[in-house]
Amino acid sequence: MIAEAGLALLWLAASLSLLQLVLGAAALRPGNGGWADEQVRAAPQPAVVPGGHDVPARPPNPLLKVVRPVAVAQGLLVGLSFLALIWLFLRTDLSVKLVAENSHSLKPWLYKFAGAWGNHEGSMLLWVTVLAVAGAGVALFEKRLRQDTLIATLAAQAMIGLGFYAYILLASNPFDRLFPVPIEGNGLNPLLQDPGLAFHPPTLYFGYVGISIAFSFAVGALVTRDVGPAFARAMRPWVLGAWIFLTLGITAGSYWAYYELGWGGWWFWDPVENASLMPWLAATALLHSVTVLATRAGLRAWTIMLAVVAFSMSMIGTFLVRSGILTSVHAFAVDPLRGAFILALLTFYIGGALTLFGLRVRYVKEGSTFEIVSREASLVINNLFLSVILGLVFIGTLYPLVTQALGREISVGPPYFNTAIGPIALALAAIMTIGPMLRWRRDDLRALAGRIAAPVLLSAAMLLLVVLLAPGIGWLPLLGLALAPGVAIASLAPLWRRNLRRTPLFLYGMVVAHLGIAFALAGMASDSAFTRETLVAAHPGQTIEAGPFAIRFLGVEPVPGPNWTAVEAQLEARRGDGTPFLLTPQARLFDSPATPTSETSIQTLWDGQLYVALGDGDDQGRWQLRIWWKPFVTLIWAGGAMVAFGGFLALLGRLWRERRFRREEEAPA
Amino acid sequence: MKAKNQRLVLLALAGAAGLGAVLLAMSAMRDQASFFYAPADVARQGLPLDRAVRIGGMVRRGSLHHHPDGVTIDFLVGDETPATIPVTYRGITPDLFREGSGVIAEGRFQPNGGFVASEILAKHDENYMPPELTRRGMHKTDAVR
Repeated sequence: MIAEAGLALLWLAASLSLLQLVLGAAALRPGNGGWADEQVRAAPQPAVVPGGHDVPARPPNPLLKVVRPVAVAQGLLVGLSFLALIWLFLRTDLSVKLVAENSHSLKPWLYKFAGAWGNHEGSMLLWVTVLAVAGAGVALFEKRLRQDTLIATLAAQAMIGLGFYAYILLASNPFDRLFPVPIEGNGLNPLLQDPGLAFHPPTLYFGYVGISIAFSFAVGALVTRDVGPAFARAMRPWVLGAWIFLTLGITAGSYWAYYELGWGGWWFWDPVENASLMPWLAATALLHSVTVLATRAGLRAWTIMLAVVAFSMSMIGTFLVRSGILTSVHAFAVDPLRGAFILALLTFYIGGALTLFGLRVRYVKEGSTFEIVSREASLVINNLFLSVILGLVFIGTLYPLVTQALGREISVGPPYFNTAIGPIALALAAIMTIGPMLRWRRDDLRALAGRIAAPVLLSAAMLLLVVLLAPGIGWLPLLGLALAPGVAIASLAPLWRRNLRRTPLFLYGMVVAHLGIAFALAGMASDSAFTRETLVAAHPGQTIEAGPFAIRFLGVEPVPGPNWTAVEAQLEARRGDGTPFLLTPQARLFDSPATPTSETSIQTLWDGQLYVALGDGDDQGRWQLRIWWKPFVTLIWAGGAMVAFGGFLALLGRLWRERRFRREEEAPA
Repeated sequence: MKAKNQRLVLLALAGAAGLGAVLLAMSAMRDQASFFYAPADVARQGLPLDRAVRIGGMVRRGSLHHHPDGVTIDFLVGDETPATIPVTYRGITPDLFREGSGVIAEGRFQPNGGFVASEILAKHDENYMPPELTRRGMHKTDAVR
């Protein structure tokens, strides 16, 4: 019953999204209460008709009253449908094919719950759920956007939704029944049986799919020719919100891969990681260019383009990850039809948006001008660098797929990405700190030189220090270590000589986010420069030297788990005369499906992490142990979290300020 | 500067940045991309010594040999032809690595024809088969020799 109800809800939501699209299109047709196509209205001010008469104030569009509730209802329905799927998983209803194939009655409840999206169909349902919920959010909370643009935005969002509803309902129905009903389910891939599964995919999706809002805004503004500062101010909080989730999702995913895979790495340039990085790069660029549009009415066409690119990257990512074209723990689907379906959808949406852009870009006014030395110019450079990095990631990720289609297998891995992207990313970090010190419109180069003197000196000193104390580390980590303190100090510069209590919250947001980048940079550089790896086969009782630690291997013992059994090694580690602590890496064997996995054991200290993975035992009673001492590696994820938190502060600051303005506007009336 | 000119300058900059990205990508790709070799390819084309590559195939049954240090292994990777590649690897093997199963390794060839693997790529589940091998018509077991 629940499965059928879930399916019915999904169909209802799909038909509502069709209704939303049709109503939106009707509202925008000229002569039908709509007013979109009658004149060019790029400027936010009331346009002036050639005859010299002012355009009368626009009547409120009656259809808007309908479109909003429809969007909200659609979000509710698909949300309920998703809850139905979760319910089926929690009850382990094996008569549902998806549950039988991906769950097991003896799994801990958390993995039953999170297992709802640990498979292809469920994750696609989560995808449209986030899409529709984000659309409902716009319908409920967006008050500033011009009415016709809002309608066009909701129609665009419905159009994206419609395609993905069709995909789910026609090609990957999560509610399919199975007959005869099996006695037990197949279980969930043990690599996914980790608390990370409950957190990482939903967060990432809120970012990934949340970017669709920016896309729909851009499409809406192109349709109604409403690209201006007011539009940018309305779009900014949505972009920020999605970007915060995306940042958190990527950071969490990186940490998950780090402790789960047991390879000691935190970023592998795996196509799946790149699929989440590409929208992040585009969204980061968008976040900065939308600020130029909101504050200085510049970079209009470019901002619109970035919004289109950002969501295009999300869709390409979805295609890469979900089509089965890649081999990865993320790729569930193997049905080529599904891949073709997603490919067709993304071609349609991206192609459509770009065509619209091509048709309408001449109506987008040129922005206000600025000098070479100005805040705008620094943000343009930031955008160019981010775009170049995006291009490099894009080429590195997709090129192997192209050559593979041409019959030659190549793999593009860390060596390519590090050499191509490392230097640009470092330069970007440097520019990031200069930008906030510049004034809008025009600034003086000599004044700037005075402002950046202290950070530059600090970085130079650090460079010297590292070269002297740790000679022979690679030049990328070297530059990273040198740059990090300078970037950190310069990030704080916008607070210099300000009344800290009167400083707006969004400025704090920027400072914290930029500081987070400096932290992450320091962590990455320190990890690649100073990591010590030790690989041994040790007898119980033996003591192993690993970096500054002496680790005594106490022995192994069996450990039972809820749906696995494990061999657990016990190690006592201590540094110098410090307090000893226990490390317990495991080699687990899951019951269903019977799969071995290894669980690393990580001890976090103030200055880094000690990381141990357990390998195989041999016939002489020895056990393989792989031990890493990673100084300051934690800064990477702390930095990522700070970046997201900075985004959160900026979002709060913007929303508060908006509310205050609105109240002030309303008060005198 | 007029707004229109500024737009043109920005457009030119964007174009230059895009071109720069492509050129940088191509040069990095030429130096750093690693090609995939099956044993038959090596037998036919000779050893690619100038760069890191990936090799793939089946771990020959009975070829796995542990060194006394307990962390280094030797094994032979074969495919549907009689050719094999002797591989040396120092490290913990992935959980699903065993004789008779498919494997992909990353590393460098030595002038003597041996392959020193820096990494053995993990399989994510029991039924995993490297796509590079599936496409070459190989099957899950080493029944094809």
